[in-house]
Amino acid sequence: MTKQVTLSINGITVTVPDGTLVADAAKMAGIDIPVFCHHPKLEPAGMCRMCLVEIGRPMLDRATGQVVMENGLPKIQFMPKLETACTNRVSEGMVVMTTTDKARDGQKSTVELLLTSHPLDCPVCDKGGECPLQNLTMAFGPGQSRFIYDEKQHLQKQVPLGELIWLDRERCIQCARCIRFQDEVAGEAVLGFDERGRTTQIVSLSEPGFDSVFSGNTTDICPVGALTTADFRFGARPWELKAEASICTQCPVGCNTTLNTRREAKAGGDIVVKRVMPRQNEEVNEIWLCDKGRFAYHYAESKKRLSRPMVRKDDKLARASWEAATKLAAESFSKAKKDFVVLASGRLANEDLFNLKSLADHAGGKAIMYSDMGGGDITALVGVGQGTNIGKMGKGDAILVVASDLYQEAPIWWLRVKQAADRGATLIVANPRATKMDRFAKFVIRYAYGDEIKTVNDLSKKGKIADEFAKAKNAIVFYGSEGLGLNGTSGLASACATLLKETDHIGRPNNGLVGVWQRVNDQGAWEVGFRPEPDLEKALKGKSVYIVGADPVGDDPALAKALMGAKFVAVQDILETATTEIADVVLPAQAYTEREGTFTSGERRVQRFYAAVPVLGDAKPDFSITSQVAKQMGVILEGSSVSVVFDILANSLEAFTDLSYEKLAEVHGQWPIVGRGDLYYGGTTYENTQGLGVQLVPAAQAGGTVRIPKVRKEAALRPKEKELLAVPVNKLYDRGVTVNPAQLLEQRIGEATVTLHSSAAKKLGVEAGARARISFDGVSAEVLVKIDDTISAGVALVPRSMGIAIREPVAAKVK
Amino acid sequence: MSLEKTHPKEVKQILSKYPPEHKRSAVMPLLYLAQREEGYVNKAAMQDIAQMLEITETEVASIVGFYTLYHDEKAGKYRMQVCTDLPCALRGADEFMQNLCGNLGIKVGETTPDGVVTLEAVTCLAACDKAPMFQIQGPNGIKYHENMTVDRTMELVETLKKSDRGVK
Amino acid sequence: MTHILLRHRDIPDLNKFEVYKKNGGFAAFKKAVTKMQPTEVTDVVKNSGLRGRGGAGFPTGMKWSFIDNKNWPHYVVANADESEPGTFKDREIMEGNPFQFLEGLALASYAVGATAAYVYLRGEFWELAAFLDEKIAEMEEAGYLGDKLFGTGYSLKIFTHLGAGAYICGEETALLESLEGKRGQPRVRPPFPPSYGLYGKPTIINNVETFTNVPLILANGADWYKSMGTADSAGVKVFSLSGRVRKPGNYELPFGTTFRQLIYEHGGGIQEGRPVKAIMPAGASSSLIVVDDKVLDTPMDYATVRTLGADLGSASVIVLDDTVSLDWVINKTIHFFKHESCGKCTTCREGTFWMRNITDRIHSGNGSQGDVDLLLNVARQMQGKCLCALGEFSTMAVVTGIERFPQDFKKVVKA
Ligand SMILES: Cc1cc2nc3c(=O)[nH]c(=O)nc-3n(C[C@H](O)[C@H](O)[C@H](O)COP(=O)(O)O)c2cc1C
Ligand code: SF4
Ligand code: FES
Repeated sequence: MTKQVTLSINGITVTVPDGTLVADAAKMAGIDIPVFCHHPKLEPAGMCRMCLVEIGRPMLDRATGQVVMENGLPKIQFMPKLETACTNRVSEGMVVMTTTDKARDGQKSTVELLLTSHPLDCPVCDKGGECPLQNLTMAFGPGQSRFIYDEKQHLQKQVPLGELIWLDRERCIQCARCIRFQDEVAGEAVLGFDERGRTTQIVSLSEPGFDSVFSGNTTDICPVGALTTADFRFGARPWELKAEASICTQCPVGCNTTLNTRREAKAGGDIVVKRVMPRQNEEVNEIWLCDKGRFAYHYAESKKRLSRPMVRKDDKLARASWEAATKLAAESFSKAKKDFVVLASGRLANEDLFNLKSLADHAGGKAIMYSDMGGGDITALVGVGQGTNIGKMGKGDAILVVASDLYQEAPIWWLRVKQAADRGATLIVANPRATKMDRFAKFVIRYAYGDEIKTVNDLSKKGKIADEFAKAKNAIVFYGSEGLGLNGTSGLASACATLLKETDHIGRPNNGLVGVWQRVNDQGAWEVGFRPEPDLEKALKGKSVYIVGADPVGDDPALAKALMGAKFVAVQDILETATTEIADVVLPAQAYTEREGTFTSGERRVQRFYAAVPVLGDAKPDFSITSQVAKQMGVILEGSSVSVVFDILANSLEAFTDLSYEKLAEVHGQWPIVGRGDLYYGGTTYENTQGLGVQLVPAAQAGGTVRIPKVRKEAALRPKEKELLAVPVNKLYDRGVTVNPAQLLEQRIGEATVTLHSSAAKKLGVEAGARARISFDGVSAEVLVKIDDTISAGVALVPRSMGIAIREPVAAKVK
Repeated sequence: MSLEKTHPKEVKQILSKYPPEHKRSAVMPLLYLAQREEGYVNKAAMQDIAQMLEITETEVASIVGFYTLYHDEKAGKYRMQVCTDLPCALRGADEFMQNLCGNLGIKVGETTPDGVVTLEAVTCLAACDKAPMFQIQGPNGIKYHENMTVDRTMELVETLKKSDRGVK
Repeated sequence: MTHILLRHRDIPDLNKFEVYKKNGGFAAFKKAVTKMQPTEVTDVVKNSGLRGRGGAGFPTGMKWSFIDNKNWPHYVVANADESEPGTFKDREIMEGNPFQFLEGLALASYAVGATAAYVYLRGEFWELAAFLDEKIAEMEEAGYLGDKLFGTGYSLKIFTHLGAGAYICGEETALLESLEGKRGQPRVRPPFPPSYGLYGKPTIINNVETFTNVPLILANGADWYKSMGTADSAGVKVFSLSGRVRKPGNYELPFGTTFRQLIYEHGGGIQEGRPVKAIMPAGASSSLIVVDDKVLDTPMDYATVRTLGADLGSASVIVLDDTVSLDWVINKTIHFFKHESCGKCTTCREGTFWMRNITDRIHSGNGSQGDVDLLLNVARQMQGKCLCALGEFSTMAVVTGIERFPQDFKKVVKA
């Protein structure tokens, strides 16, 4: 444990860890020292001069080194000048005074100087109402300025730093929080100061502007209204907004969010989501959110939302009652017996998946997970131990990222892994091409597509990297689906698990395996017993299929064909998709914003989300629809209370034994302290009052022997001579149903691409930026050519979910 | 074109001054190199330097913006930078500047119509005992001209103009 | 008198390698590397009483002894940014006596175990940097720099680095940032450079003039050096004299020389024989000293000048005569500081901006006495609240100008 230091702040005795900054120590003691540039997640800067306080230290006798005593108390020597609480660290016996006349005068003077260059346009400012400058002015500022208002500088007020973030130059107080966040936390220094002195201004020269998937966070920590999001600016006033706790549904990290809602005339007086804000969970997302999570929520309010049940009549979908629609489906499913197939995806909540699995089991059907990534059974065995917190990993620990571009697939994991590396953790990145993670890695292993398993196996042999991994105090492996299909990823998971087991990195916190899933709740689907199917076409053909939360028809022509040949198709979803178009029955589900439930993150943390907006039309929550269908089939499933479903789930699944719905809502104190009352300290991020979730205990931690399924040798295809192998890669902003509707992201989503090695491109006679046609296995599409010379010449990278169906490596032609 | 291609020797020599893991230190000398031909640093050059040093273009631009001897806009071929700071002003720098403006027919900050000389006022150049004085920032670096008179300055301007025509 | 620093004034062509060598050059460095322990070198410098010539007058040997020996490598950096209005001594030293400066730098490097040293020159010293590069190359060729010097295990390289027009880069932590390829903005201190300097490594930074003293101190001993100057300020100082004097220039004189001697004996007195009105002993960053006979007879050393309500700083003595009005002077200095404020901290960034606005109004005759009071008030309000000394410096002339020369402001304000 770090040494503790005792000091006095405003007469209150405080004991804090050695090395704590005075401003933070005060915060811990409930004393607010005003700050602008200081942010507890950033390195001290001491630049805004807001936190001026008086600091005294016990006087030491020069000769003896002993504390000089006076009237039985240590004699305190005060510094002649005010000092910044944000840069001075506590020391034993220190005396801090934050409210003396002298300190107040210093604080007041800083506010005055800041305001004299500020436009004071609060009435039209997005930050108005949640603005640290506003708040601190009221609390610490002077009533009047002594300067001539007309001499104020007038600067540009609407400067797009990119299409997502806007800058108001007049409002900027040059605290550099945004620049420092991008540099220190995100590791992407795409914001900078131009010029100097009073003309200092924020600029971004990247292309596209402000090219970072973390950009939205800067608007949270900006202490004034200088940075605002294109999504929210001029959208609403903070005081109109309600806040509801939620979980981001965009990736397996499971970031805790707050949905800010209000009634809106535009929406016919309905309550709508106005913005997504981070909600603190230091073990998951801290106080950050990636831009996908922040801006892609719009799919829930898409015009294509389904609101009424429909059944096919005369080859057309027509409105039907719930009763009629579920009955029709139930009849077909019942008749199908073992030809009944549930195809569901990790977009659903645990309770939905649990009911679906129960239904399939009871009806003698099959529950198939809609996914081309395997290994979730293995992560249940050797997943990261309960108590894992990447934010606490550092020197002496190791993290291996293999076959995954975390920046694109799970940005907040990327951020936290990067910071663990900053703190000294050994980061090993093994990927067939260069990724943004490489820069922070101690070791970069570049293997050829197809060599994933061999690469991981090599890490359990001798060698510099292998040794460093083996001797690490703690080690986590992130494995993904870069260049791999179901087969390949299953094999890779097994290889990674074996490595972890052999090096004794399982069954403890901060040790184990994490799957970089493609959906928010893929891990949850595995936990309740869903399994992907290697030959999905075969599994669907001629069957009676219940498709929930998936669009196989839109995703893949081969699956479309298979479903055309299905006996019956019932589709349950929130949006109209290509699959609903061919459905016999369509069942409208509620979006995650309209209901509650739980998700299980890739780190196997089960977390609750809550309803924020009213239900659209007749839509129902998935678990409830399933229970209604089940009832018609004679199967009784809980369908009205999500908490009851959860508790049944917890009772029937080993890993969930100790969990209860209430327990998931528990919170405990977190550092830094953030929240509504002290916006100037941590930013506008929300305090977590509705649940930190609970991490599942992996089998390895629960005790007992862990048997890892064997690796299949031929896990993935390799490019052959004279043949181009198309391999799937994952892209953050894609055309997936949960992203595509966000118009703001259109430019970042871009078009479908194929990435080639320059020599391959040359041979094929295509060049960067040109268009080419790629074809394989019944798929043919026009794509934009990109060049990446870190890949081998035999492969062509095709991003998933960009309109080109690719589930696993496949021989292709590019013209 | 990349500086590594156009000035391979200089780039190598510059990079050799700093520990390889701190090659970012080379940003300032590389900017001088990039500025040599055109008198200012364009976006392509900033991109080039950013790539070479593995920093972002924004970081390079932020350096260009901070220091007054880097320019991101084209001006006259020679920047005549007259010190008008306190010590020089105590020795007639302001009057000198005024006369110079008159003679050149331009105001401070402006460029002669032929694009040869841009007249600028700058802060102390560490030549306070030799005022009036100025420096000329041109394609070949920076040169001091001390204890100047307006006449001698105008002669110098003529020479610059002539040599400029000679170059063309 | 013979010079110690401006020795080129006595010895022609001292900036030629052979000439410098013939006049005892490099002997101290060779002796130190081959015969002395690094700490012995530091001790000699400590005992000599040498204090930094960059402005703050910090004891040099003591600074060297602060180097953190648990963290390696170490660096030494010469501060050749010389940008304080009124300062022009380092330039003459480097042009005239470059080898002595470089030898001093080498000695410091040896004393603290640095194997690489940088000379950070202000960008305007473009030609001087090229000149120093030649001198460094000559030293390398002759075996005074490079690997395994004089057959010992000690190696040293010296590099020049050009700034690009930013006064703030004279502040040592801003200088380090700049040298690291960043915007030249001061760092939060502590930690100080001897524990956390260039690239986060222990670093010693000294002024050019400071280093230039070292070879002769090593050659002649600490006592020799201490025998010059005053008890408080040992040795000699190069005074940069500018302003209304007849013969401005650098004058190397022992500490303790009076203002009168500097201005009248060396500087040839005031132009047109006018009286001295005020003195700024430390360039634009100075407090203004109201001059009378007693002031003129004050010996110049760090402690005594302080009794006049000013600091000696880098000893850039700017002399103002009775034709100069103080509203004009502070208008000049504030324009300078407004232009040079790095913008990092609120106090200085906003303070200099507003002081500039107010002084412009006053100087143009549009100000009121209220504006003068406000200006004084803003300057006082800034004091003690800036991140680095630049902000503090910007207030010196304002506060002392207004307080000590109120009549100059009364004259220009609207009634
Ligand atoms: C704004 C500012 C400008 C400075 N400029 C210079 C300078 O140009 N040259 C210099 O040697 N020291 C300058 N200094 C002082 C340095 O920070 C530092 O104290 C000095 O280089 C230490 O060397 P010394 O101990 O040999 O004096 C400046 C300080 C400040 C605050
Ligand atoms: S006092 Fe001025 S120069 Fe120093 S940090 Fe603050 S703004 Fe920068
Ligand atoms: S200086 Fe302390 S909060 Fe900004």
